[in-house]
Amino acid sequence: MSTAPDLVDYDDAVARYDPVIGIEVHVELGTASKMFDGAPTVFGAPPNTQVTPVSLGLPGSLPVVNRTAVESAILIGLALNCQIAEVCRFARKNYFYPDVPKNFQISQYDEPIAFDGWLDVELEDGTVLRVEIERAHMEEDAGKNTHVGGASGRIHGAEYSLVDYNRAGIPLVEIVTRPIAGVGERAPEVARAYVQTLRDIFRGLGVSEARMERGNVRADVNLSLRPSPDAPLGTRTETKNVNSFRSVERAVRYEICRQAAVLDAGATVIQETRHWHEDTGTTTPGRVKSDAEDYRYFPEPDLVPLAPSREWVQELRARLPEMPVARWHRLQTDWGYSDPEMRDVVNAGAVELIETTVAAGATPAAARKWWMGELARTANTEGVDLGALPVTPEQIGELQRLVDSGRLNDQLARQVLAGVLAGEGSPQEVAAARGLGIVSDDGALLAAVDEALAAQPDIAAKVRGGNLGPVGSIIGAVMKATRGQADAGRVRELVIERINQG
Amino acid sequence: MGDLIRRSAADLATALRSGEVSSVEVAQAHLDRIAAVDGAVHAFLHVCTDEALATAREVDARRSAGDELHPLAGVPIAVKDVVVTKGIPSTAGSKILQGWIPPYDATLVERLKAAGMPILGKTNMDEFAMGSSTEHSAYGNTHNPWDLDRIPGGSGGGSAAAVAAFEAPLAIGTDTGGSIRQPAAVTGTVGTKPTYGGVSRYGLIALASSLDQAGPVSRTVLDAALLHEVIGGHDPRDSTSLTDPLPDLVGAARLGANGDLTGVRVGVVHELNGEGYQAGVRARFEEALDLLRGAGAEVVEVGCPHFVHALAAYYLILPSEASSNLARFDGMRYGLRVEPSDGPVTAERVMGATRGAGFGDEVKRRIILGTYALSAGYYDAYYGNAQKVRTLVQRDFAAAFDQADVLVSPTAPTTAFKLGEKLDDPMAMYLNDVATIPANLAGVPGLSLPSGLDQGLPVGFQVLAPARADDRLYRVGAALEMLLEQRWGGPLLAQAPELAVTA
Repeated sequence: MSTAPDLVDYDDAVARYDPVIGIEVHVELGTASKMFDGAPTVFGAPPNTQVTPVSLGLPGSLPVVNRTAVESAILIGLALNCQIAEVCRFARKNYFYPDVPKNFQISQYDEPIAFDGWLDVELEDGTVLRVEIERAHMEEDAGKNTHVGGASGRIHGAEYSLVDYNRAGIPLVEIVTRPIAGVGERAPEVARAYVQTLRDIFRGLGVSEARMERGNVRADVNLSLRPSPDAPLGTRTETKNVNSFRSVERAVRYEICRQAAVLDAGATVIQETRHWHEDTGTTTPGRVKSDAEDYRYFPEPDLVPLAPSREWVQELRARLPEMPVARWHRLQTDWGYSDPEMRDVVNAGAVELIETTVAAGATPAAARKWWMGELARTANTEGVDLGALPVTPEQIGELQRLVDSGRLNDQLARQVLAGVLAGEGSPQEVAAARGLGIVSDDGALLAAVDEALAAQPDIAAKVRGGNLGPVGSIIGAVMKATRGQADAGRVRELVIERINQG
Repeated sequence: MGDLIRRSAADLATALRSGEVSSVEVAQAHLDRIAAVDGAVHAFLHVCTDEALATAREVDARRSAGDELHPLAGVPIAVKDVVVTKGIPSTAGSKILQGWIPPYDATLVERLKAAGMPILGKTNMDEFAMGSSTEHSAYGNTHNPWDLDRIPGGSGGGSAAAVAAFEAPLAIGTDTGGSIRQPAAVTGTVGTKPTYGGVSRYGLIALASSLDQAGPVSRTVLDAALLHEVIGGHDPRDSTSLTDPLPDLVGAARLGANGDLTGVRVGVVHELNGEGYQAGVRARFEEALDLLRGAGAEVVEVGCPHFVHALAAYYLILPSEASSNLARFDGMRYGLRVEPSDGPVTAERVMGATRGAGFGDEVKRRIILGTYALSAGYYDAYYGNAQKVRTLVQRDFAAAFDQADVLVSPTAPTTAFKLGEKLDDPMAMYLNDVATIPANLAGVPGLSLPSGLDQGLPVGFQVLAPARADDRLYRVGAALEMLLEQRWGGPLLAQAPELAVTA
């Protein structure tokens, strides 16, 4: 690998150059079958098992459009305030590569299903920025090459390559922004916020699991610099497959610093695609985009034009859920969370869980405490999503009601939760089976108090002398004796009462 | 048994139903015929003896068990090698698919199997259906049973020759610019290109997706209608498949066979006659028109002025689509794989070496043409303008069908030429399809039936109908066939020379 290029300090770069970004986001739709055939789409299945003659591009096979995928694409288009085409066509993008089984990709070229939209993106300080959407179009994903041998895992230097066509034909929607200019030093943050908002929309629409770590959402980040906002657009680079929010931000930042150095040196930025390296936070050159790259697009003759009826589009528009940002604002107000609290909840994917828990009778604060505390730690340890834990929001609501009614304290409630997670039943059932519950029988508690006072006579004397400090150690002894099942407040009352009596 | 092979599919079906013959006897008679004459004709690339007999035995067993069977159950059939058959080699006449055994059946093959029709084998063709003589097959020439030194037409020369040589009563062909109709014309057989979308393309190895149609090859018009009804109709696996039910094709053929065409308006296409057409071809055409008039048809002349550009447009659209359709043959997944003889073995170089070794010259010629026509900067001038011509041809048809119920022309400008005669002259070869190509560009159906001989070689008569009105082909075709056979005293193929039995 060549020596690292010079970089200009970020603040210096954005002080002297105006960055313009453009983002292409690919989202894999969560349909049960592929874009153009009935092959299943199970993630992580053994290689080349999620295939049919169509996804392998076998001779004679033909594509058929997946209606659910079209529906998802229209929903995305509507959520992005796009026009939905009355008639549009698929096109063939011709290029030879082993992960493309037909050596052409079915995509949309000059007739996307959705176009001319916008998306409001909220930055961390609450500023709302409108990003213009040029188009959203449908296409099929390629398979996946694995290059075996060699140091880099890239094709150069590999001994051989393996191809898995499970992903070939998975439906994608590609969303392309118009150039986003005039955001200056905030360009990296804008890029990140845009991709994050899209991810939230995909989840809100239910069209994709939108899991970045699985590559469900992939971003290509275009960036160019110009000396001033009045100058014509500079030459751009396209950094491909940036697959986390943080990386989107870092990739934009890195390219700003790198391109500024190129321009400072009096050189010209080369129009090319660049690879993003997560580990080093740098980009390296990929293919040079030249005129020689000619995909020979033409209308896909195996598919008839797609003409979504206006009734269908209206029906889908009526079904559009509240957009995530608006919904979160509403919930945040209802729940009284701070901005950082709400952001954490959103990022953890806990909005729906908390909403249901609150509906099941917990206060918003208690619901947040459970999901972002104990349960988040458990999920983290197990390496699963919150939603995948074997406990329902309704059960958390029930658990909290037991606390609120005084039947459990926090410590007991955590024990009950452990039982629920272990599959022992509902909170009520676990509490009953494990014999967990606050001892509210004063007779039983008094016996324990007397025992504790007798065991520590000096403390009793101190307390009688007016020093309430050591009461805690008596309470602790009582709690221990009752295996935590006593109401600590009541124990305190009883201890003081007893001492004063004596 | 010797005459079993000369009987029509309809007659065989009757004999099978009555118990006069068994399916095994019928299949075996044809397999014997193939063994006897195919060394000379070379219609088949692959003969499925075991599979055909197994299907025949099953049909016999079901018939004796009293099962309800399809009318054509037990009638054997040959299938063009461009059609994918599960477990049976399917090469499309190309070296690049040598050894590929498909894991699935084309929809039309599923329908043949569901009907209980034993598949005798896969027939020879020009590589990827590119050609008009079957000389572009990677597996040797097929010979015309009327004169073994002559071409059987193409690309479906194997299917036509198999039927003409009594090796099969029926065959499947595919027609992108005339590959069913022109071979039918030069071998004295019947062939139909259905309305585009009328027969599923799922499992046809694509040449030009917007032009390809599979259809029946037979010795009689009624047989073609019977087979058309087996393979036709909607298929959800083909987006371009029509959802309309098929018209009553067999009924139309039976109606036509009464020889009465009173009130039927027959349009003679001015542009598909005259200059460039062999004198004998024109003479047979005129005689056929007289017979149609005699049957009560009203014969009018219609003009289709844009047909003169059809050939040029076709040779841009076809190569463009083909260049993309044939991209998948790259040695990465199936079929031939060739590694470069020297230098590094990279995917790109393996693709290049495989395609260089696996494709024949005509295929390469069209891939190069198509790649060029789709290139940035040339697309509008070539592919774009060709599509405009296509629209004009469609309008010509629409106007012509306002004046006539069917259109007619000679199927091909000449009778069968000698093997090798036009092999080095692509333009001369392409001109064979001048009368058949317009139907593919417009998606309308066409049928060719024999209309007599010129110097001992068959001449074809083409009938064209509006899209979805394939029944008109069969009515007019059956009427003309009946009148011609009355004149000849039997089928034209009865006049074909006996083939020497080589085995």
